[in-house]
Amino acid sequence: MVEYTSAELLTINAARLLRDGDVVFVGVGLPNLACNLARRTHAPHLVMIYEAGVIGAQPARLPLSIGDPTLVSGALSVCGMYDIFAFYLQRGNVDVGFLGGAQIDRFGNINATVIGEYDHPKVRLPGSGGSMEIAAWANRCYIITPHQKRRFPEKVDFRTSAGFLSHRKEREAARLRGTGPQAVVTDIGILQPDENGELILTALHPTKTVEDAKANTGWELRIASDLRYTEPPSEKELTILRDELDPQRIYLKGGE
Amino acid sequence: MSKVCSLSEAIAKYVNDGDLIYAAGFTHLIPFAAGHEIIRQRRKDLILARATPDLIYDQMVAAGCAKKVIFSYMGNPGVGSLRIVRAEIEAGNLEWEEYSHFGMISRLQAGATGLPFMPMMPTAAGDLEKANPHYRQVIDPYSGEPVVVVPALKPDVAIVHVQRCDAEGNSQIWGIIGEQKEAAFAADKVIITTEEVVDENVIRSDPNRTLIPGFIVDAVCHVPYCAHPSYTQGYYDRDNAFYLQWDEISKSKESVKNYLAEWVYGVRDRQEYWEKLGQEVHARLKVTPRLSEVVNYGSY
Repeated sequence: MVEYTSAELLTINAARLLRDGDVVFVGVGLPNLACNLARRTHAPHLVMIYEAGVIGAQPARLPLSIGDPTLVSGALSVCGMYDIFAFYLQRGNVDVGFLGGAQIDRFGNINATVIGEYDHPKVRLPGSGGSMEIAAWANRCYIITPHQKRRFPEKVDFRTSAGFLSHRKEREAARLRGTGPQAVVTDIGILQPDENGELILTALHPTKTVEDAKANTGWELRIASDLRYTEPPSEKELTILRDELDPQRIYLKGGE
Repeated sequence: MSKVCSLSEAIAKYVNDGDLIYAAGFTHLIPFAAGHEIIRQRRKDLILARATPDLIYDQMVAAGCAKKVIFSYMGNPGVGSLRIVRAEIEAGNLEWEEYSHFGMISRLQAGATGLPFMPMMPTAAGDLEKANPHYRQVIDPYSGEPVVVVPALKPDVAIVHVQRCDAEGNSQIWGIIGEQKEAAFAADKVIITTEEVVDENVIRSDPNRTLIPGFIVDAVCHVPYCAHPSYTQGYYDRDNAFYLQWDEISKSKESVKNYLAEWVYGVRDRQEYWEKLGQEVHARLKVTPRLSEVVNYGSY
């Protein structure tokens, strides 16, 4: 069997969720790799938008930051920060947003702000950046995260961005234009919202078990009746990632 | 009228203790040299506003220039935590006021356009709006639905680094244009730092590229390499190695102190700083030209 790291597994499974022609609000790190992988495999017409205000980027090298100059050279368009959030995201011109965070709860709400009390933080995290708006207004959101119990509490300490709030009905009542988190890709499998907006296990990666998933989730994780296994990473996907996208293993070395 | 002066003159004249400063630039064109000059002139009690405080505010907070930060993403972009700002907040030594990126930029947009506040569609997340009383909800008088509003942000001083401007401050920027225009229009005083001071005719040859008109500018400072370790599109690359290195430096107060002593207090100005970086760094940050096609404005 082909060997791969957790980071490669996450990236490849995230890439497979993208559709050809999607307009994607890309983050740095694994989402950036996932989008570039998708563009080189099944989604050649993917349009990559970066929150720094770059539309249709074709990065020639792996950007360390969200504002790397390689994103600009050869892009379709560059605009200011207000424009990218207003004309593109708020207006409804973004199909997919990628999110991550320190905590993701049972209803897909995310905490990227603080552990402990807001006014007296135990651990102060970087904060929202664009995630509050991406979670609300991108048509579909995907979350990429390692699967650990402390990252999957029943309820987040601070709700930086909205998943389904307390129930799918609550999100619907809030009339946000986006449909909310559609999948959480972890190194154990994939969680997806059920009809109530609760995240349940819908897929396992090869060699992982339901017990692995349950033991690493902070709420009583429910299992989909049609639980499936994901396809293992292919030679082609791994070759593109390793040889073309991250040859220095800046992002892919994680979780060996 | 020429507004050209040295950066130290501009900081001495326009940046006062207690001022609200917006040093602009989303990853690109961050005016590090101005931050260092403010540190050298030992300004105190500043309110430092930026969407991403970046290393420039980490360094200014470390140097004791700030009493408060206003931000929307407090990280070292692509690397991790912004250790000094974070530690000072966790220790209760630094006030902070926090937004999402869109909230932050909407505040500037209101300030820049002379509006009292700016509306945004609700995001339903809720907790940041509870934590920061500047977030309010009002009813859209047309639909009767709630919208979220944030108040205008009006910095005392905006500092904006540009590729080129003329002696009056008519400024052209290309690449990521973040919030430079908004910061300049929102602020009371505007300090421009520039890679090149060019003739007015160069500016007039490509008017669409001018984001900031000279008549809102107070000072023009010719500061090549002002943005390092940030970058200037087409002039020099982002020093990603330094962003990674800062993650190590900022782990201890001692090494931060040593860094400031050597690279901020220990140099006279940006020229000396750039020379001190040495040829190896200069070569590493050199950019291969990639020119745009010329556009034809026509002669009328």
